[in-house]
Amino acid sequence: MSSIRTNPERLSVLDRPNSYIGKTVPRPNLDRLLQGRGSYVSDLELPRMAHVVFLRSPHAHAKIVNIDVAPAKQMSGVIAVVTGEELAAVITPWVGVLSHLKGLKSAPQSAIAVGRVCWQGEAVAAIVATSRAAAEDAAEHVAVQYEELEAATDMRTALDPATPIIHASLGDNLAFERIHEAGAVDQAFAESDAVVEADFVFGRHTGVTLEPRSVVASWNAAEARLTIHQGTQAPHMVQNIAALHLGLRDSQVRVVCKDVGGSFGIKVHIYADEMATYALAKMLRRPVKFVADRVESFNTDIHARDHRCKGKIGIKRDGTITAFEIDDLTGIGPYSMYPRTSAIEANQVVNLVGGPYSNKNYRARARVVFQNKNVMCQYRAVGHPIACSVTEGLVDLAALEIGMDPVEIRRRNLIADDAYPCTSPSGLRFEQLSHHASLTKIVEMMDYQALRSEQARLRKDGIFRGIGIASFIEVTNPSAAFYGVGGARISSQDGVAVRLDAQGSVICLTSITEQGQGSESLTAQIVGSVLGVSMDRVRVVLGDTDMTPYGGGTWASRGAGIGGEAALQATKVLRQNILDVAAAILQASPAELDIVNNVVVSASDGTPRIDLNELARIVYFRPDTLPPGIQPELMATRHFVPREYPFAFTNGVQAAWVEVDTDTGFVKLLRHWVVEDCGTIINPQLVDEQIRGGVVQGLGAALFEKCIYDDRGQLTNANMADYLVPMSGEMPDIDVGHVVSPTRESELGAKGAGEAGTAGAAAAVTNAVNDALTPFETIITEIPLTPQVILTALKKI
Amino acid sequence: MKASAFAYARATSVANALELLAVHGEKARVLSGGQSLIPAMNLRLVAPEVIVDIGGLAELRGIVIEGETLVIGALTRHADLLKSSDIVKCAPLLAAAVAHIAHPAIRNRGTIGGSLAQADPASELPACMLTLGASIVVRGPGGERRIAAEEFFRGIYETQLAPQDLLVAVELPVADSGSAHFFQEFARRHGDYAITGLAAQAVLEGDRFAALRLGYFAVGDRPVLAEAAGKLTGVTVTPALLAEASDALSDELDPHEDQQATPAMRRHLARILLTRCMASLLKRPDLQIGGVA
Amino acid sequence: MTAPVAISLSVNGERVEAHVLPRLNLADFLREHLKLTGTHLGCEHGVCGACTVRVGGEIVRSCLMLAVQANDTVVETIEGLSDSGEIADLQAAFRDRNALQCGFCTPGMLMAAQDLLREKRMPARDEIREHLSGNYCRCTGYQAIIDAVETTAQMRMELKV
Repeated sequence: MSSIRTNPERLSVLDRPNSYIGKTVPRPNLDRLLQGRGSYVSDLELPRMAHVVFLRSPHAHAKIVNIDVAPAKQMSGVIAVVTGEELAAVITPWVGVLSHLKGLKSAPQSAIAVGRVCWQGEAVAAIVATSRAAAEDAAEHVAVQYEELEAATDMRTALDPATPIIHASLGDNLAFERIHEAGAVDQAFAESDAVVEADFVFGRHTGVTLEPRSVVASWNAAEARLTIHQGTQAPHMVQNIAALHLGLRDSQVRVVCKDVGGSFGIKVHIYADEMATYALAKMLRRPVKFVADRVESFNTDIHARDHRCKGKIGIKRDGTITAFEIDDLTGIGPYSMYPRTSAIEANQVVNLVGGPYSNKNYRARARVVFQNKNVMCQYRAVGHPIACSVTEGLVDLAALEIGMDPVEIRRRNLIADDAYPCTSPSGLRFEQLSHHASLTKIVEMMDYQALRSEQARLRKDGIFRGIGIASFIEVTNPSAAFYGVGGARISSQDGVAVRLDAQGSVICLTSITEQGQGSESLTAQIVGSVLGVSMDRVRVVLGDTDMTPYGGGTWASRGAGIGGEAALQATKVLRQNILDVAAAILQASPAELDIVNNVVVSASDGTPRIDLNELARIVYFRPDTLPPGIQPELMATRHFVPREYPFAFTNGVQAAWVEVDTDTGFVKLLRHWVVEDCGTIINPQLVDEQIRGGVVQGLGAALFEKCIYDDRGQLTNANMADYLVPMSGEMPDIDVGHVVSPTRESELGAKGAGEAGTAGAAAAVTNAVNDALTPFETIITEIPLTPQVILTALKKI
Repeated sequence: MKASAFAYARATSVANALELLAVHGEKARVLSGGQSLIPAMNLRLVAPEVIVDIGGLAELRGIVIEGETLVIGALTRHADLLKSSDIVKCAPLLAAAVAHIAHPAIRNRGTIGGSLAQADPASELPACMLTLGASIVVRGPGGERRIAAEEFFRGIYETQLAPQDLLVAVELPVADSGSAHFFQEFARRHGDYAITGLAAQAVLEGDRFAALRLGYFAVGDRPVLAEAAGKLTGVTVTPALLAEASDALSDELDPHEDQQATPAMRRHLARILLTRCMASLLKRPDLQIGGVA
Repeated sequence: MTAPVAISLSVNGERVEAHVLPRLNLADFLREHLKLTGTHLGCEHGVCGACTVRVGGEIVRSCLMLAVQANDTVVETIEGLSDSGEIADLQAAFRDRNALQCGFCTPGMLMAAQDLLREKRMPARDEIREHLSGNYCRCTGYQAIIDAVETTAQMRMELKV
């Protein structure tokens, strides 16, 4: 890893002595997880807690004619069997639309289906019992009479007149359409030396968090208050929505979120079964636990990426890209997900295609259609892998067409590093990106020329290896432009409160959340560095709406950039407040003092003046000894949201080195490289591991992962043996490098790093496979790249 | 995802197990290592009324050499096979195959008897039994009987075992000191069920096969002992002959379609395996380069 | 016969006696009856490896074993291995290398890694990848885990422990 700060012209609060910023330090409190002593919601038990199991529809589309719950109610251990109609008296339905996505429509969705089911897996009844096993036993005795309806499953025919309309009130199956045009596209294509087209197909896949979605909802009838323990990325969003639909005020709902077994965007949504669990707790006046089992997870956790995208690129002989055009189609299931909607992914595809390049001519259409499959919505790197695969696939095809090296064509077209700020043809504003520095660096890291020589040499022996390059841009630090402007009560600002305790340690309350990314660590690093205390004296509290400031949580790579800046600003205030008190005690001026390693010192020579422990003792226990008129404030709160740029774009490039067994169609991942620019790096190890983890999720998409539906809308591989996730045996080592262009929107300068790995991995691998297969004159634009797909392309079968 | 309720009986002897099976018949399932049965029960794909746990029957565990026969007790675990020097010496193909079965934690519980009785057509051990000419030793109400592996497997999860029967052991001829073996499978990920696999054993005389047995798995509803082996026995294998044998192999296989592969792909992979097997056993890399693929 | 069955076993060195329903699997027994929640459930059908524990010194999937099958055995969970100090070095290596993010796979991963290190003093990276290939991690991409196991093997070689 090497980092170069590109604007080191001034020392900031981060450059203080003993700063933790830019240093690899272990995350605090990992021992809890290493010893199996974490607090996951699936571990939680409360007095009188009952377990809910949802009976789920076996049909993709059916009318519910009758539900006979009587036999199930008689079974041992059963507390209640509740249908959608009954639950509707407790919780109101919702519609997943946002006003800034013009034309987006969806139908009201209920916590439990009322009258009709629209996908295989939609809940039709809740069985609450003293144990999960007893509830499952009883579920087998709930008799549901269905009248099967014709299912609309294929996105390609969803808009055909012959296809049944899933929600008659909406008039058609089109949820959303966006058309965008910039520059002079037709003219650009006409003036190109070549125009290349391809159809890109992406497998529908899902997040597969290792801990399934889990909720324990507990209604205290005496307090009229609901406590929701949930593995969520956005506690305040859950609080607001639960309150809204249960007819409560926000203050009547507390959301507590301790350890979370993986999220990746899966746990940033509001699911019908979670809403039903909240409602059941209120209805039954007791704690109710819902832990999705793995089959339910596959059938109900949001899916993503199911896109078919026609792409077109114009190219001149000198390598200049003249235009991009796409026509994207995606099927999102029967409802737009709540509250973030299911139009965001396609919208992102339109935003991001062509993003790294200086080309100005761009035409895009995206259509989002309803279908009788599980819902799709935002999953890690929303839309990025599709946009990157289409863009980088087209760029490689153009390079092949004119006989240019893939690195060279990128050099000639990537936006120049000194061209910022600038705006993309899709309207995105870039503050400062570093495509060329990144490309130069990755070419060095991988020793590109040596790999090309090795490739040529091995090809003579019938060994087919390939190199794939993929440049990308990444959306991070979202402002209100993402959701808030569309009317969603999803906070884009975050808050941090820091407080000096009575022994000179710091309690820090933050509204961002932790699912393993290192939110706790980066917060402690910032607080410790800015204040001048050691990290072991900083305790970070997250995930409790009763305790933390109000904020968005952790999603869209916002924790470090937004929550981190709030921590920085709050700590600056606390630091000044401490120095003011210290100055009063020491009869000095605050400017003469500093805090270093838990002690107030003379700024000039570092002489210890007063220990924070002693200062806190005086403030809390002997305020009578302070000079008159001094009221110490040893707690400070600050909030932050980016205002100038709607998003902090980052950029990077990935490279894959693969070997294709042309006899079997198997792909071996030999090595993978990433260079990424997330601005200020708070903890290099955590950034690198975000990127590696993200890359492997992208490699899963490239080679393995796909939700396989039959034409009747049945998910046929809803288990972990048949849905293939990446495992250690097939994954390569991944080298990560950095270029550092801090954002000037914040003093911290940090942008996000959580999406980068996933954004470009599949594109790099697909390009590498096509590169390996160059001698066979075949191009594959479909992922996952299964042996069946590759052998078919090679015409071996 | 919790198993349905069932009654549990811990067998105290083989005789006791047979009594329990005789009483409960089709309502009962035998629990050996449980690595196939318990997931199916957790998923409620099966819901036996009675579980007869034979796990404590020491008499069914162990590997012994009796003259020219290797006897492997039904409860012998995959991990035991992998660590056994007798297996390496007397049935090296089996040692090679077992390394491909799932993962260490599964191999510590899964048993050879359980795997054979489960008769998953994609699993390794049934094919090895065909290749090695094993006899499956079964005890039932009528006493003990031996069933040739080629007769034992009847379809997907189907064998000659009746509900009252207990698979107690397998018997294998000790491998000839001059024999060679080849094992390869194509699985998407390490430890996954194979898309197609081949367990082969041969006796070489000079540059020819005196004997050759090719046990394919994951190419249909049961493991297949390929008759195409006959074309390659007793003659010098040329690329042309290999192509002919491969065509014969394609003709005799009747592969299934699933999420991983079409029948055409399975036939193709079976041919690739044959080519690789020949190149390996005969030490003839020339057969692989520009082969029949 | 569907009635509870008496079992007696050792769990992390303590004698445990219980009556359990035959259908209760070992993972649920550990988590729900003994409150040893470090053994996690990720799939309940034997694929993800999160529920890996040691029975009789060997790693098994506790979701694929009935509690009644654990009668008369010695069971060790992540809590036991942590308290005995047996894997303190491995845990430290995981911490230093950030070989865990959400931590849900970690107990099972540590169980599988320690199993390998007991079997083989200095495994190659490919061997580590192979031995852990039945343990699913969605967060790390595995490389940090492989690094941490490799580091622990090297340190144990140097210390001759």
